Amino acid sequence: MAVRLKDLAKKPEGLASGHRGCAGCMEPIAVRQILLAIDNPCVVCCTTGCLEVVTTIFPFTAWKVPFIHSAFESAAATISGVETAYKVLKKRGKIKDRGTKFIAIGGDGGTYDIGFQALSGAIERGHDIVYICLDNEAYMNTGIQRSSATPMGAHTTTSPAGKVIPGKREFRKDLTRCIASHNIPYVAQAVPSKWRDLITKVKKAVEVKGPAFINILSPCRLGWGYPPEDTIEIGNEAVETCFWPIYEVEDGKWRLTYKPKEKKPVSEWLKKQGRFKHLFKPGNESILEEIQDHIDQEWERLQRLCS
Amino acid sequence: MGKISAKTGNEAMAEAMRQINPDVVAAYPITPATEIVQIFAGFKSDGLVDTEFIATESEHSALSACIGSAASGARTMTATASQGLVLMQEMLYIASGLRLPIVIAEVNRALSSPINIHCDHSDTMGARDSGWIQIYSENAQEAYDNLIQAVRIAESALLPVMVTIDGFIISHGMERIEIIPDEEVKGFIGEYRPRYTLLDEERSITMGAIDFTDYFFEHKRQQIEAMKEAKEKIIEVSKEFNSRFKRDYGLFECYRLEDARYALVVLGSTGGTVKVVVDELREDGVKAGLLKVRVFRPFPWQEIKDTLAYIPFIAVMDRSDGLSSLGGPVFQEIRSALYDIDSRPKVINYIYGLGGRDTKLHHIKQVFQDLQGIDRTGRIDGLINYLGVRE
Amino acid sequence: MSLKTKGWRELPIGGLILEGGTSEMYKTGGWRSLKPIWSEEKCTHCLTCWIYCPDSAILLSDEKVQGINYDYCKGCGICAKECPTKVKAIEMVEER
Ligand SMILES: Cc1ncc(C[n+]2csc(CCOP(=O)(O)OP(=O)(O)O)c2C)c(N)n1
Ligand code: SF4
Ligand code: SF4
Repeated sequence: MAVRLKDLAKKPEGLASGHRGCAGCMEPIAVRQILLAIDNPCVVCCTTGCLEVVTTIFPFTAWKVPFIHSAFESAAATISGVETAYKVLKKRGKIKDRGTKFIAIGGDGGTYDIGFQALSGAIERGHDIVYICLDNEAYMNTGIQRSSATPMGAHTTTSPAGKVIPGKREFRKDLTRCIASHNIPYVAQAVPSKWRDLITKVKKAVEVKGPAFINILSPCRLGWGYPPEDTIEIGNEAVETCFWPIYEVEDGKWRLTYKPKEKKPVSEWLKKQGRFKHLFKPGNESILEEIQDHIDQEWERLQRLCS
Repeated sequence: MGKISAKTGNEAMAEAMRQINPDVVAAYPITPATEIVQIFAGFKSDGLVDTEFIATESEHSALSACIGSAASGARTMTATASQGLVLMQEMLYIASGLRLPIVIAEVNRALSSPINIHCDHSDTMGARDSGWIQIYSENAQEAYDNLIQAVRIAESALLPVMVTIDGFIISHGMERIEIIPDEEVKGFIGEYRPRYTLLDEERSITMGAIDFTDYFFEHKRQQIEAMKEAKEKIIEVSKEFNSRFKRDYGLFECYRLEDARYALVVLGSTGGTVKVVVDELREDGVKAGLLKVRVFRPFPWQEIKDTLAYIPFIAVMDRSDGLSSLGGPVFQEIRSALYDIDSRPKVINYIYGLGGRDTKLHHIKQVFQDLQGIDRTGRIDGLINYLGVRE
Repeated sequence: MSLKTKGWRELPIGGLILEGGTSEMYKTGGWRSLKPIWSEEKCTHCLTCWIYCPDSAILLSDEKVQGINYDYCKGCGICAKECPTKVKAIEMVEER
């Protein structure tokens, strides 16, 4: 059944107001949608990062569901322990079967980089968990440092655009594909701007038996350098330019869940963001071309996988 | 009366884990603790335990999984050694800060570099300030008994506990030990009733929130107090263990110490070697004695002070060096505990057995001779000494 | 919950927060420099603003928009921008 806002609006919010996320931050939008998608009780575990910090400043927690944060790199392992405890306590008759779901949420730093091993390990072990990456393409909480999710050309504080080096030199890691290679039941890419798509994917992810992974693009107005009201638009344009295609891999079957009518040039998306400002200075045309070429190739490849 | 059987230290620890039958064990192999994990995995495969066993991809994840499990109200254990414990280090602090009663069976091994698989205490000494209760065992019997008690201690103090044995010396040495019947172990450890859990149906708790300057100190103060109070809880559990199973454990063991003039302080398996030497020296009329520390965290400094106050010459044996230039950690703490005594004993330090270097009877005799020398001359030639190293 | 004045003995152990959603006691409305003004007449109750508000500050009743919760609204302007072009029921004005 199609997801409708009218139905979602009947549900209690899982994330309370009063958190300290920047005005216009995409992360709480994503979390609200994730929690609205889940009808069962759930436990959430976060990595260290913006989301964890802004939602759990003692004694104020924005979480209305049970929540644990352990360390930067260990959300996948920690949630695997929670899920295992649930399984065994149920088996031993110490708790009731409430159909509880186990959700880990990590930033790109906590997922692509420092938590990569723990994530790979946890999904290889087959835990019945959903791991969600809120990919804002840098370490925002510590002041916008590059991660392996930072796109080529982006200025961050550890890949600064300087007189001789024009921002990050490397292409981003295709984490979603890496995770799909683990052959787990469900893998997807989404963006909260396309809420129906995202919520449908979360619903599928929690329903499958075994591990699921969703990579959610989460524009950060501070680190990306755009006005707060543009968050949704920036998210949408990432999809329209095929910088961030949204798709799913269900039991090994790849499927685009949205195809832009007409692929927009990526420069339209880049030029709205301060982090790419230097790329539009004379002399950097070749970098823009390189970025566009890379996107074209990746889009071709993805379409082949999905055909 | 339990069953007498021949077991290595690792087998004894694994046997205790079988009897405890925890809800969750998450672990990763490392010499010399690998066997504990393997034997336990075998128990699981043979249906001898119905624990959920998570074979993680690292020790960091093993302890992270333990944290998730314990936070969900499950009785949770792991085993590790050396580099594994060091890799867990970050999570050690998180486990204790969250007040999760996780138990680690730890096998003492040196730390790289150079890589070395043999015993010293650098690994657990490096974790001495991580907020874990630390219980050192002299032999396989103690390791077995301590591990069973650790479950009760952890759950009453709401602090994690590590029980240690000396790598290879005890972990792989075969001993005759008494195994308590399964039902009696079960009766002793009882059911675990967690105070707070993520799986609570009534309320949604948040664990691992961030504290700014306005709350952090208060939360740490609580933890400090919990560690202080843990002492009484350890004593209580040990008393009950003794009343049920007739093996008496205190915070430390005193061996022929009442009238001693020369005392050694040791942790772990070297206690056994020292006892042999003490007996020999006593035959010769030398008033030698031993204080073997069982509980190093919380550090029972008052009791140690009261016990050692009247012993004029003391050598503290450290199986690790703090690389601080002031000797080993046990030395520093014992010496500090004795500071307030007006006529305080002379205390010297011996670093010994690093990387599994054998410590023989003649080494221990040498230490007693050195103490006797100080007694004769009134002069300390070496405050910090290295026993058994080639000069 | 005025924990601020409490000594360490009175705080829950382990840094735990024993109930959910306590952040509602922390008002973020003061962050605003622009203020969304919602027009009841224009609103079609499509709920687009609601699904995109990062601060759950769109007030609903019976799945219909009732207004803005200024206790928490940070004035990001997403609601105004995402309100469908034909409707434009939310307008951002200077906060005074
Ligand atoms: C082991 C460890 N290393 C470094 C840090 C510092 N640190 C905390 S959050 C963070 C970056 C978080 O980035 P990301 O995961 O992308 O999340 P974001 O804040 O961008 O949402 C870093 C580097 C840490 N907490 N722990
Ligand atoms: S820095 Fe970016 S990700 Fe972090 S709270 Fe602000 S907008 Fe959100
Ligand atoms: S301005 Fe931003 S925070 Fe305020 S109601 Fe609109 S979307 Fe929510």
